[in-house]
Amino acid sequence: MRILVIEDDREALAYLVKAFRESGHAADSAPDGLDGYAMAREGQYDVLVVDRMLPKLDGLSVIRSLREQKVETPALILSALAQVDDRVKGLRAGGDDYLPKPYAFSELLARVEVLARRNARSGGAAEATSYRVGDLELDRLSHRVSRGGQDIPLQPREFRLLEYLVRHAGQVVTRTMLLEHVWDYHFDPQTNVIDVHVSRLRAKIDRGFDRPLIHTVRGAGYMVRDGAR
Amino acid sequence: MTARGSLLPKLVRTTAFRLSLAYLAFFAVSVFLILAYVAWNTTRLFNDQVLETIEAEITGLAEQYRTAGIRRLVAIVDRRSRQPGASLYLVTTFQGERIAGNVGSLPPGTLDTAGQREVDYARADEETREHTAIVKVFLLPGGFRLLVGRDLEDRVRIRDIMGRALGASLLLVGILGCLGGWFVSRRVLKRIDGMTGTTATIMAGDLSGRLEIAGTDDELDRLALNVNAMLDRIGELMAGITEVSNNIAHDLKTPLSRLRNRAEEALRTPDDAAALREALERVIDDSDNLIRIFNALLMIARLEAGHASESMEHFDAAQVTRDLAELYEPAAEDAGLSLEIEVEPDLPVHGSRELLGQAVANLIDNAIKYGAEGRGGAPGAVRVTAERDASAVRITVADRGPGIPEGDRARVLDRFVRLEAARTRPGFGLGLSLAAAVARLHGGALTLADHGPGLQAVLSLPVRTAAAAA
Repeated sequence: MRILVIEDDREALAYLVKAFRESGHAADSAPDGLDGYAMAREGQYDVLVVDRMLPKLDGLSVIRSLREQKVETPALILSALAQVDDRVKGLRAGGDDYLPKPYAFSELLARVEVLARRNARSGGAAEATSYRVGDLELDRLSHRVSRGGQDIPLQPREFRLLEYLVRHAGQVVTRTMLLEHVWDYHFDPQTNVIDVHVSRLRAKIDRGFDRPLIHTVRGAGYMVRDGAR
Repeated sequence: MTARGSLLPKLVRTTAFRLSLAYLAFFAVSVFLILAYVAWNTTRLFNDQVLETIEAEITGLAEQYRTAGIRRLVAIVDRRSRQPGASLYLVTTFQGERIAGNVGSLPPGTLDTAGQREVDYARADEETREHTAIVKVFLLPGGFRLLVGRDLEDRVRIRDIMGRALGASLLLVGILGCLGGWFVSRRVLKRIDGMTGTTATIMAGDLSGRLEIAGTDDELDRLALNVNAMLDRIGELMAGITEVSNNIAHDLKTPLSRLRNRAEEALRTPDDAAALREALERVIDDSDNLIRIFNALLMIARLEAGHASESMEHFDAAQVTRDLAELYEPAAEDAGLSLEIEVEPDLPVHGSRELLGQAVANLIDNAIKYGAEGRGGAPGAVRVTAERDASAVRITVADRGPGIPEGDRARVLDRFVRLEAARTRPGFGLGLSLAAAVARLHGGALTLADHGPGLQAVLSLPVRTAAAAA
């Protein structure tokens, strides 16, 4: 996918572009808000990574102006402010996700990939009502989960956890992303609370089957994928 | 001498002096208006009396003329004219020839028509008309004219007296006003100078100074009280900052030097790729922890500065408590604890749902961390309850851990304070401080109590009433 990084700190910019390229993506860079705005308007990008504080035009204004011009490229805001209100302001300006600095690159990469995928999908058909990964089936309407034709009863929260993982099958999902989307809280969980939930889910989904579907990605988070592929 | 010399211009610039000047002007105008009113009224009264006298005399004289004829009238006028302090009299023919009276000359045409008027006149023994009188002309049957009048010298004298009184009053008002203004300004100025001096020494760095309270409970006293209260608060904050910086320096040094040691050790064994990789991963873990500490510190600082207005909303604290308890339940069970949840439905509060969530998460996290050991090795339950009364919503997290001695309970809410007994466990000593800061931001409080055995942490928030919601 094509990523535009708008960031005024040269070192951080070079690091991000290099890291995105090493992860197999095409990445362009813009050193200030005006350049970034012009490039985002004209270039065909899948995701924008925008620093909040930029020279010439600040990050929130860049996104707001783009949205006014009907440029709906998903944007992730990076912010060093880490204020309580920051996320709210960023999302209100038209941002799609928010990551306080400093961050782990794995976290940024996971979020950028999810954003890009979401955009590609929303361009096509409406969201699917059921998902299938390997022999696992999840029906969003009837809230039923089965594997190999065998029903697996899940608690409501376990269902939402699995739904989020399955919807992003093949993508890395971090612990904070799970806390955000399954529980709707945005703080750093710090302890292993999320891991305990995932391991319980794993016990219900993977126990007794040859091929595990829920995989731990070291230093990043989790991924659901069919082990055979 | 120089102080005295510079006092006057400074005095003129003071608010008190300017106020005195304004009052002075107002008072002078008032005095002028009052005296003018008195003078006008007195003159009017005087005129009325004079006219009445004239009227009565004319009526009397006309009566004499009607009954006894012109000779009798002339005789009476002649007699009255000679009396001391007499009125003015004049009897003339139709052509204006003087028959009797004490008036020498009048402006031409005065006698042509009947009626009253003010005229300049000369007495019978004078050449020029230098007196003023109020006169009335009466046409007698038979062509004779009768004039009766009174000199207005008395009225002029009254006016003179009034004028002098006005001048004297204004002068007196001016002198007294200036003196009073000067006195008041000097008093006020002296106190304000004292305040300025004290604040200057405080600004120079001596925070212990306080403004003097005169005990009169006036505006200046109230100002001084407020400034003193402000200084107290600044002092507390300064002390807090100093203590926090010391704690930060102390508590950050440990993980930082550990991180440095790891990196150095990894450099010493550059050949072992696997060990190098592991060392790097641990270095990243360590720096993540440091970042977490900084984030938590920044967050507490921002909460204490009171910035979170954008994310403030109405929400149900019961839902937040249930969410967090449910989030931590598996972790508690893994630690060998049971998590008991008892939440009243519908606990409306106004605030940041995110922050409250994080505060409750910290409390439950603490309870699991310390409650897992229990007293005497038998771990008990962690109880999470939420309830309300008329004014407050209370979220309580209680564990059966070692608890906190009463004397230390206030202290552990400070940043970085971890009791010696807890130093061996992971954590940064910021969880409770953050929860306390969140409570304060919402106008509530975090209190710690004994749970016999264990610790009971109560987060109370003001309940959102129907009136506040509207």
